[in-house]
Amino acid sequence: MLQEHAKVLHLLEQAGEVVGRKKLQKIVYITQKLKFEFNQRFQFHFYGPYSETLSLEIEELCQLGFLEEMLEDKGNYNVYRYQITDKGKDFLAHIPVEMGNMLPLLDKLNQSTARFLELVSTVFYFENLSRAEVEEKVFTLKAKSNYTKEEITEAYHWIEELKKLV
Amino acid sequence: MYKTDHMKTPILLDEEKVFKDPVHRYIHVRYKVIWDLINSREFQRLRRIRQLGTSHYTFHGAEHSRLNHSLGVYEVMRRMVSKFNLSEEETLLCLCSALLHDIGHGPFSHSFEKVFKTDHEQWTQRIIEGNTEVHHILREISDDFPKKVSEVIGKTYPNKMVVSLITSQFDADRMDYLLRDAYYTGVNYGNFDMERILRLLRIVDDQVVIKHSGMHAMEDYIVSRYQMYWQVYFHPVTRSAEVILRKIFQRAKELYQNGYPFRTYPEPMVSFFKDGDIPLDQYLEFEESTVFYYIGEWCKESDTIFSDLCQRFLYRRLFKYVQYDPNDYRTWADLQDLFLKQGIDPRYYLELDSPSDLPYDFYQMGQEEEEKLPILLEMPDGSLEELSNQSIIVKAISGKRRFDHKLYFPDDLVSEEIRSRLRGN
Repeated sequence: MLQEHAKVLHLLEQAGEVVGRKKLQKIVYITQKLKFEFNQRFQFHFYGPYSETLSLEIEELCQLGFLEEMLEDKGNYNVYRYQITDKGKDFLAHIPVEMGNMLPLLDKLNQSTARFLELVSTVFYFENLSRAEVEEKVFTLKAKSNYTKEEITEAYHWIEELKKLV
Repeated sequence: MYKTDHMKTPILLDEEKVFKDPVHRYIHVRYKVIWDLINSREFQRLRRIRQLGTSHYTFHGAEHSRLNHSLGVYEVMRRMVSKFNLSEEETLLCLCSALLHDIGHGPFSHSFEKVFKTDHEQWTQRIIEGNTEVHHILREISDDFPKKVSEVIGKTYPNKMVVSLITSQFDADRMDYLLRDAYYTGVNYGNFDMERILRLLRIVDDQVVIKHSGMHAMEDYIVSRYQMYWQVYFHPVTRSAEVILRKIFQRAKELYQNGYPFRTYPEPMVSFFKDGDIPLDQYLEFEESTVFYYIGEWCKESDTIFSDLCQRFLYRRLFKYVQYDPNDYRTWADLQDLFLKQGIDPRYYLELDSPSDLPYDFYQMGQEEEEKLPILLEMPDGSLEELSNQSIIVKAISGKRRFDHKLYFPDDLVSEEIRSRLRGN
């Protein structure tokens, strides 16, 4: 029952909290790419890999009261902060999931920015392309984000580091 | 700058080919490449895959194929691009992408993909970029043309306007499937005035928008979509058949992995059971008739769960359903125990199914950036307005997701105690 929902909830329980819808999307995507058993289908959208299913699961978890979603005013923009509730913890106690230890990975991902995770997940999305092709994709599909070559290099470096945490 | 190979001048047929179509009346083909793609073996395979999977268990007319729909999307796209001033290459890109957007679908995709973790869109891209007839036909336009078609379908093509014609909240795919599925199921819900919408489409600032006088036609489209999801696509009888099919695939995979001696060995499915890489040729040979053949044979298997599920699917002895509130998650745990106590394996005979739909969504100022393109109206003064700002009908259902949770179970097998618990007593 709601196994995929429970996995997302479990991730949030381990992460403590995640700030930003985009950031949460990218964290789940990167975690999935690193072979953790998330089954959401991701497609390429405006801000990189995005899962409509995940978006739905998060909304449903909030409606059920298992997740708390708080809108935070950041001055010129707003973001959502997500935390598991006591009811969510009780749900996990009844519907357990076995995902392995995601904590080191989640710690590192959670300390980064949504902008950088968008780049890391985009590099992951095009992992079958050559470095030059990935750069072309980043510069054409994400022209507005103004990513630099140095940031792309950093994203590659990050992926290698993330793999060691799994 | 996006690099591109030189495009050969596309060949036109000596005379236009025309297909009769019950939804769009006629489907017109002028380009040879489109004609060749339609005649390719990968496209013809779509004749043997139903568009709506198990919906014919509920609506007996819903036997139409993915080929049928793909031709329809092509025709809607043809009418759309005829209004726009696109280059010949982008026009062809739109037409080919529309025609091929579903070419990677396998039989009963919704059930199959959940169990075997395959993705029809990735298969579509593999078919277009792999060693296939479709690929070689597309290469006649230019060497990188298959890649471009694959990128449009994968939503990674740089021109977002072209991508939006195939995939957005308002695209050629949706317009065809709503009308076509309504026609073949026989329901009255999915109808809207597509001709009027197409007539009022405009391109403003690289976005497809609709003239404000088309607002009511757009309202009809959004409401049609909402009704089709709840009355047709999420129909509980259809979902029940899907649940059983999913359980059959799940059981077959488990039995295979445990070395079960199949009376009828499922050779075409073995690659799927192994969770490994599946060769393209093998994927393309896997059709609905293959699934039905094996399910027919598996009715005689000695594994009682397996043969029972297959008989249920074949003879339409579907699971019953009750409404369920996921807040009552303790009941779920109790039900597992009750099923086991009665000797019924809950992994195969108890399922929570939770469809949901968001009819229309848009980015609201002050919220976090969203991933959906809004539908824009071109106002008389030339400004652009988001649809729900102008339409009270669309506003009423915008951003509101509807959830539904049902428990599916075999009513003929369960005890009165379980039945009573399922009813919430």
